Amino acid sequence: MAQVSEPKLRDFHQAKWDEPLIFELHQPGERGVVVPKTEPEIEAEIGDGFTALPENMLRKKEPQLPEVSQARVLRHYLRLSQETLGSDFNVEIGQGTCTMKYIPKVNEFLVRNPKLTELHPYQDESTVQGMLAAIYHLDLAMREISGMDYFSFQPSGGTQALFAMASIVRAKHGATGEGEKRDEIITTMFSHPSQAATAVVKGYKIITLKPDEDGYPRLEDLKKVVSDRTAGFVVANPEDTGIYNPRIKEFTDIVHKAGGICYYDQANANGLLGITRAKEAGFDMCFFNLHKTFAAPHMCGGPATGALGVKDELKQFLPGPIVECDGEKYRLNHQLASSIGKVRSFHGVPQTVLRAYAWIRSLGAEGLKEVAKIAVLNNNYLYHKVKEIRGASAPYVNGGRLEQVRYSWEQMTEETGVTTEDVQRRMTDFGHHYWTSHHPYVVPQPFTLEPTESYSKEDLDEYIAALTQISKEAYEEPEKVQNAPYRSVIHKIEEEDFLDNPDKWAVTWRAFLKKHNWKEGKVKSE
Amino acid sequence: MAIEKQIAHPYIPNTVPEVQEEMLREIGAESIEELFEGIPESLRFRGKMDLPQPLTEYRLRQHVETLLNKNKSCNETVSFLGAGCWQHFVPAVCDEINQRSEFLTAYAGEPYEDFGRYQALFEYQSLVAELVDMDVVNVPTFDWAQAAATSLRMACRMTERNEVLLPKTIDPDKYSMIKNYCSPEINCTLVNYDGISGQIDMDDLEEKISTKTAAVYFENPSFLGFIEEKGSAISELAHQFGAISVVGVDPSSLGVLEPPSHYGADIVCGELQPLGMHMNYGGGQAGFIATRDEEKFIKEYPSRLFGIVPTVKGEYGFGDVAYERTSFHDRVNGKESVGTQTALWGITAGVYLSLLGPHGMRELGQTIMQKSQYAMKRLSMIEGVTASRFNSTNFKEFVVDFNGTGKKVEDIHQALREKDIFGGKDLSSTFPELGQCGLYCITEIHTKDDIDRLVKEIESCTKKKSQGKDDKHGAS
Repeated sequence: MAQVSEPKLRDFHQAKWDEPLIFELHQPGERGVVVPKTEPEIEAEIGDGFTALPENMLRKKEPQLPEVSQARVLRHYLRLSQETLGSDFNVEIGQGTCTMKYIPKVNEFLVRNPKLTELHPYQDESTVQGMLAAIYHLDLAMREISGMDYFSFQPSGGTQALFAMASIVRAKHGATGEGEKRDEIITTMFSHPSQAATAVVKGYKIITLKPDEDGYPRLEDLKKVVSDRTAGFVVANPEDTGIYNPRIKEFTDIVHKAGGICYYDQANANGLLGITRAKEAGFDMCFFNLHKTFAAPHMCGGPATGALGVKDELKQFLPGPIVECDGEKYRLNHQLASSIGKVRSFHGVPQTVLRAYAWIRSLGAEGLKEVAKIAVLNNNYLYHKVKEIRGASAPYVNGGRLEQVRYSWEQMTEETGVTTEDVQRRMTDFGHHYWTSHHPYVVPQPFTLEPTESYSKEDLDEYIAALTQISKEAYEEPEKVQNAPYRSVIHKIEEEDFLDNPDKWAVTWRAFLKKHNWKEGKVKSE
Repeated sequence: MAIEKQIAHPYIPNTVPEVQEEMLREIGAESIEELFEGIPESLRFRGKMDLPQPLTEYRLRQHVETLLNKNKSCNETVSFLGAGCWQHFVPAVCDEINQRSEFLTAYAGEPYEDFGRYQALFEYQSLVAELVDMDVVNVPTFDWAQAAATSLRMACRMTERNEVLLPKTIDPDKYSMIKNYCSPEINCTLVNYDGISGQIDMDDLEEKISTKTAAVYFENPSFLGFIEEKGSAISELAHQFGAISVVGVDPSSLGVLEPPSHYGADIVCGELQPLGMHMNYGGGQAGFIATRDEEKFIKEYPSRLFGIVPTVKGEYGFGDVAYERTSFHDRVNGKESVGTQTALWGITAGVYLSLLGPHGMRELGQTIMQKSQYAMKRLSMIEGVTASRFNSTNFKEFVVDFNGTGKKVEDIHQALREKDIFGGKDLSSTFPELGQCGLYCITEIHTKDDIDRLVKEIESCTKKKSQGKDDKHGAS
């Protein structure tokens, strides 16, 4: 039956607990937990344990941590959790580029199994065969999805995966004696900042390709900058705009011809599963964020995994160890000939690996393809609807968007003075999350939406209704949007000086107490 | 096999055909396939991904649990493994909080809808700041190794120098990570250690330090478990040459050990995993960096730093301090890079420190010292075994020297495994100069019985004339 009700404009109010800082809950003598104790026999034999300690190393003044009972600590953090809008609670399509999809509860149940949580990374291989099997079989699945030959799950986020890839580029050219000469990495403007930033850490100069009037990087621009100094080319496709560059194979061919290595930022590959792969587009490496496309949670910003895939000839450079299987037993191969060394301790974040494995097992090949199809359908529906909102537009080519779009309020800002940041705060009042753009704001007054496959048409309509309402307010009573939020945990933050002035900024409670004595209308404990 | 179109996948509501048709009508497209027209045929994957058939939720659970049952966890054995990941007591409240849907599924919101996330992370920064007695702590980075590597890069930028010195007792894996992160611009040099005490060889340090040195890095406790006692002298020497003193620390020691800021450290870094994170096969790691509240330090952090800022109504608000330094603000000229790291573990560490408080942290440290000293004492009573190999004071970990038994660590550990004991980390390949040694870890969770059992089994397997090889059953 077709949905006939009006899209919901939610009469939302976020929990506001007026909860003090944990330090303000200090009650001398209270305890939150007692750690296991030393047996009396040991104490009788060893004494207080400090006699062997050089006097200068014994802590004289105890840390000024708060003393709080267990129930009060719990209540404090539960309240803070209620003041956080997790993706489980909202139509989380406002954090474009981050693929905020449904996080299956069964996967969370599985990663809490002590057979995973209580494993030590240096246990003998014979005692972790189940975990190694999951890692290995996720590797096999990733090979199918990307066309790459081997995966490492050590990088623990997209940034670390990009860093690992830049390291491999340097190691590969170093191995052929071209390390000094090849000192440039080419990227594009509509990419994640870490593409450039991590290459800079590895000592590269960055060349950034600007988009043409349709939003595509220009092949001619690439031809101009590519040379025997080109070490690598890193790009996302589609980029933040959701626009897929159909000439990508020509790009990778040109870079290869010049001796460069092509690596693919597939942090977000949600519109591509089973549709097109890194291999066919000519990439030598790619990475997937398991906390994006593969349904692992974002956890307020990690821990996470940037699954790094390489072609056979780059396997020797991978951060080790990698998991192998002889048909029966799984083992850790530490002997990678030219490994860049480790990028993260141990084996990365195995919980995330297990979640991604479980997610793939719940969908199968056709299911993965269905994910891409529905993510693209949802996005195109949203795209169509958002463009109809007064003052909103989607710059660059008309149509041709895959899983996300970067929109603009340029017209609305010109006509009303209401900015994208104002809209961002106002969206909070309707129980929605909303994100603008990576810097720099190439698209004026940007916002980036990515509906994924997880939301229904009704959900999308609700989000659109909120945007429509805010646009209406901007044209009719702009100050209402500009002074938002009203139904969030806190009101508008104004004194940015507190964040940029060394005399005022306070990164910790102790620094705050040293610098400030403000607080009106709110009782603070002594 | 195609999914039956009539059955919507539980994770994908719009698999319902009628809804798809309605949406396509709105868009003005004939089919979903049409929406992919921008991808040229030559790039289309027309094969079939070779993946197993999809599983329903119940079957998935069965399948993964069967897989996990092949593991043998440290809960089913007694483990003495440490070496950068330690089995500690995890209070139930830590799990309760980090499993909350709100924290688990939040990401990158603003201080309005994600206020709780900002406050919790600000509190984490503030609590760790008390522990290390410094005024600035970052939103956590990937792990201790990353925190150390970034601390060294910060020091290089501050001094405009590109040489760093590190102790030869450093964890080789951590060193491998640091070296890659610092290359190509920064040279890393190892400083020798004293063969008897394990302490940094001050003569060698004096030999290697120069006005080109950006930083001297050392750890407390060291990777090999002993306490580096000459912190003040090392920091002073670094300062004499205009270098930064960077100290890596295990925070579980800081209830009883002096924080590095008290012996001259300018930058302190370390590992948060002991503060409420399960080991998770290495997935519980998270690193922190702390400094004084000086602009020259703050401006060099790549990480996010949450600070207090008032709202129009005088409420506490939060925001990013000195955001312009980050790669989020400037992708090419930002300080290193920032992205998704380990925020949830930061929140958890805050919960842990709130629960333990100052007394809990002191008791934790003291218990670990007492139990590890007991273990060392008892192990040293075994013929041919010395614990610790070095004559310094230890915290939590220590090197057990098996050279006198004539047995290989590998064989001893195999024999222990058959008795459901995980021996420490075998050092024979990573520290060949020590011969047959293992790095053992004792925390507050170990009981006297656990330790006595370990001693008994080592005694029995090192004494036996014909050891373990014939009756190898292999662990399950």
